[in-house]
Amino acid sequence: MSTLPAPAEAASGQAEPVLKVEGVSVSFGARRVLDEVSFTVGRGELVGMIGANGAGKTTAFRVVLGLLPADTGTVTRPHRGIGYVPQKVAIDADTPIRARDLVSLGVDGERFGIRLPSRARRRRVDEMLEAVGAARFADTRVGTLSGGELQRVLIAHALVGDPALLIMDEPLANLDIKSGHEIVELVARLTEEHGLAVLLSAHDMNALLPHMDRVVYLAEGRAVSGTTAEVVRSDVLSRLYRYPVRVLDVDGTLVIVGGHDVRVR
Amino acid sequence: MTGFLQSGPVHVALEAGALTAVVSGLVGVFVVLRGQSFAGHALGDLGTLGGSGAYLANVNPLWGFVGVGAVVAGAMDLLGVQGRRGRDVATGVVLGAALGISALLLYLDTTTTSTTGATITVLFGSLFAVSPGTVPPMAGLACLGVVAVAFVYRPLLLASVHPELASIRGVPIRAVTLGFLVLMGVTVSLTSMVVGTILSPALLIGPPAVALRLSRRPPVAMAMAAGLGLVATWGGVVLAYASQTWPPAHAGWPISFFVVAIIFVAFVAVELPSRLVRPKRGPD
Repeated sequence: MSTLPAPAEAASGQAEPVLKVEGVSVSFGARRVLDEVSFTVGRGELVGMIGANGAGKTTAFRVVLGLLPADTGTVTRPHRGIGYVPQKVAIDADTPIRARDLVSLGVDGERFGIRLPSRARRRRVDEMLEAVGAARFADTRVGTLSGGELQRVLIAHALVGDPALLIMDEPLANLDIKSGHEIVELVARLTEEHGLAVLLSAHDMNALLPHMDRVVYLAEGRAVSGTTAEVVRSDVLSRLYRYPVRVLDVDGTLVIVGGHDVRVR
Repeated sequence: MTGFLQSGPVHVALEAGALTAVVSGLVGVFVVLRGQSFAGHALGDLGTLGGSGAYLANVNPLWGFVGVGAVVAGAMDLLGVQGRRGRDVATGVVLGAALGISALLLYLDTTTTSTTGATITVLFGSLFAVSPGTVPPMAGLACLGVVAVAFVYRPLLLASVHPELASIRGVPIRAVTLGFLVLMGVTVSLTSMVVGTILSPALLIGPPAVALRLSRRPPVAMAMAAGLGLVATWGGVVLAYASQTWPPAHAGWPISFFVVAIIFVAFVAVELPSRLVRPKRGPD
């Protein structure tokens, strides 16, 4: 491997691309769900995929993950694989799986046959639980964890195999404000420390704004991508949403608000 | 209780019961974990068809149970009725029709052949009537079941926790699901030999349900379920043997009654305290 760009360079948009989506279109029957969608995610970048419900975010993820073939276009995936955290994971409180079991299944859960307990695996799982701040509830049943705790365990499950790219589908959808911010901060830290590439979707991007390097905005199957500074502006967002939207600066933190009572000047 | 261990039928009953208890403990934990208890019931109901048909054809009922169990499991997977949402009217009608045909076959069994106990044997089981020659094939099926559980353990566990997490890792979900359903079909055929088709879900699901209340780890739960199944079947054999001196007929009570009673007592014992202490378990 050649010299890799440092995370600082990555933020400027010149990062080595880990994921490359070029001209991808997908139709379900007559309905075009993705229309010539192109974007990249670079090493050390945190990219937010933003769009209303039904804009095609989940479809885009399914194509990227290889679960759904694209009608046209190409997807270049990282060799080291993709870690994935699905949306709305609901696990029964009775399910006899501890947090550490779920992380352990992230190592080789797809393999058939008997696996003997190994000290190296146990150490790796412990390290991962520690890295996501889940060591405290490592032996708790996953079904009894809070939304934020479960999200941490799912991130550990996705990352324990050391993938180059982490994809998260609406990771903040079921979290309160505090847990949401904590998860974003955790993901941002992992991105920086490990040169991980992260692609996550959200319909509300407020929690992501402080850490998001780039935005892929999806609407009616079409994608616009750019740096956060380019896209997160009152005029750009209002045009994209076709609805009055304002970007406000509240004590140094950008906040997006929308509604008819908000006038865009 | 004199002569208990010298009795041939007792030996056969203990062996058949032990083999079944172990494999149904392992498979049953996955059945409960995956919320497929209903599929267990359906397989039992449809197994009646195989068992009663086997009697009519003068074949060992085990083969009737196994044949129907494997075929029906495959059909259920294709029709997609095995899941939590599959208990619709159509399924009920199909199961009803199968039991209706079974009623006819059992009527023919008892009127045209000399096997007068066919109805009781198929529906409620009679472990003391299992022929010694049936033990080796039951052992073979049980071994197959244990090996299959070990083989499919990790992908099936991941798919049971969250199918999407499994498919993203390349687990062939369809094949794993179908394979497990066939495994369930074979297991239900074994539990049907022990307690009959009607009660077979009790042996398949009861011990795992108790074990999953007590352990947070699937391998431990499996061992506990197998252990409880063993206690229930062997306890059932012992009590049934002892009941030969009991009223009213001094002819021995059915083993199945004791097996299911032991499982039920265990279930109440672990379930009741948790319900009394915690009337509601968090926001569901």
